[in-house]
Amino acid sequence: MSHNTLLVFEVTILVLAIFLGFEVISKVPALLHTPLMSGTNAIHGIVIVGAMIVLGQPDKSTFMWIIGFAAVVLASANVVGGFVVTDRMLEMFKKKPTKPADAPQDGKGT
Amino acid sequence: MSTNITNMLYLVTIVTFILALRFLSSPAHARRGNQIGAAGMILAVVVTWIKVGTTSWWAIVIGMLIGGGFGAVAARRVKMTAMPQMVALFNGVGGGAAALIALAELHRILPAPGSPKVDISVAIALSALIGSISFSGSMIAFAKLQELIGGRPITYPGQQIVNALVFLTGAGAGVALVAGVQDEWLLWVLIGAAFLFGVLFVLPIGGADMPVVISLLNAFTGIAVAAGGFELENNVLIVAGMLVGASGTLLTLMMGKAMNRSIANVLFGAFGQVTAEAAATAAGGTGSVRPTTADDVGVMLAYAQKVVIVPGYGMAVAQAQHDVRALADLLEARGVEVTYAVHPVAGRMPGHMNVLLAEANVPYTALKEMDEANAEFGRTDVSLIIGANDVVNPDARNNPQSPIYGMPILNVDESKAVIVLKRSMNPGFAGIDNPLFLEPNTMMLFGDAKESVAKLTAAVKAL
Repeated sequence: MSHNTLLVFEVTILVLAIFLGFEVISKVPALLHTPLMSGTNAIHGIVIVGAMIVLGQPDKSTFMWIIGFAAVVLASANVVGGFVVTDRMLEMFKKKPTKPADAPQDGKGT
Repeated sequence: MSTNITNMLYLVTIVTFILALRFLSSPAHARRGNQIGAAGMILAVVVTWIKVGTTSWWAIVIGMLIGGGFGAVAARRVKMTAMPQMVALFNGVGGGAAALIALAELHRILPAPGSPKVDISVAIALSALIGSISFSGSMIAFAKLQELIGGRPITYPGQQIVNALVFLTGAGAGVALVAGVQDEWLLWVLIGAAFLFGVLFVLPIGGADMPVVISLLNAFTGIAVAAGGFELENNVLIVAGMLVGASGTLLTLMMGKAMNRSIANVLFGAFGQVTAEAAATAAGGTGSVRPTTADDVGVMLAYAQKVVIVPGYGMAVAQAQHDVRALADLLEARGVEVTYAVHPVAGRMPGHMNVLLAEANVPYTALKEMDEANAEFGRTDVSLIIGANDVVNPDARNNPQSPIYGMPILNVDESKAVIVLKRSMNPGFAGIDNPLFLEPNTMMLFGDAKESVAKLTAAVKAL
């Protein structure tokens, strides 16, 4: 594929992704806006793929080493932190509450 | 692995991300969605791993262990009340990574004969600019939310001009780069100016406007990552980055709408300055503040039919969500109907209050969004305001002079009685007087939110 054909193709999927994003996100209730933010945070952690490609290039200068390595560190913090925090949050949303140990169950109807 | 197979596998990753977002439409299966997304991310990393081959594999592993280790520990340890700054931090590092990739790409292609293709240099300039702003802006947001620096707006004369000059410097360097000036220093200037701009533009923004800023920075990182996809000709970066960009943009617009302010007004409208005069004209309302005691409120709550709890940032600061839940449990055991009215911009990030209450084991069916909650205040006996202020300020409806006039609010003043838990009579974070406190059916219970709620619980128990 020539460069220009590829570019047109890339712009096409970019525009489609914008509409898809609006469509999908508009269905998320306000209740879940915080997990949405941290979940999308985790998704843009996909930048790790780019960081790996940079660090994985052959015949790098020292400069490229440093930049690539820093990018991998930052991106992996983004990915792992994002998914773990989102999981922790979503775990808490329950329809029927489980009684925590510290809930005052003794004071009922007194 | 051929490029085609790689791209097909990346497509699988894209589908998992879309599913992850799709599953967020209901709390019942949202967690499964997040796990599917994480699986897709692992697939993308493995595919890239194989694609890159053995080059510097150990450096990649070490980098991942350091970054991932930090991310995992920070994410596990953070308290739910500190969630906004954690999200800001993870957002910032993603933006930083995108800016670094732009720098590396330019460094790689510059020595080659002939100038880089225009679309590539546009992508490099954009992702460096937006990524750097997102990085430094998120770090300032983190520092503000963590209270490393003051949460109040920081303003000085000529601020807008300084900000504009800094931004134009960065943008100018970007234009020169795209126009074919082949000098790597241009990109350094661009990154430096963008970094500085990120700091300068978040500094003057007050705590109450943080939900807008955080969602905007979230969109920025997404867009920077999508631009990175153009540099590396990588579909998964383009689509995933843009999904986040669209999501962050939509959230930003929603937050602006919930405050009845344009995004430009939030970002550049020195909120603190308008307030002084508006407050002066708004003051002088009728009535006086009526303090009350925990015992009296305890009786009112215990014999009410319907109680609505309105949480705000004050509840988060006092970490009172577990005590609130304990009080609600006690009331429900007595047959009182208890629900929670959550304003879209309550707290420091979109949906902040919902996460805190979910942490305290409040079933999400009891958490009401604004429209639903407003339909119920008319038949509510007691509205219990815990650390909320601007989102229940009737001036937003009645006083055209007020800086928050036109902002949709929770109409708590329609309920039979309003109890406001507040530390003192100091105005809220926006620095605006609240006539709700002077209304005849409002009573004030002064003190730390956590202690006050604990006292209420004790009072209800003693009945």
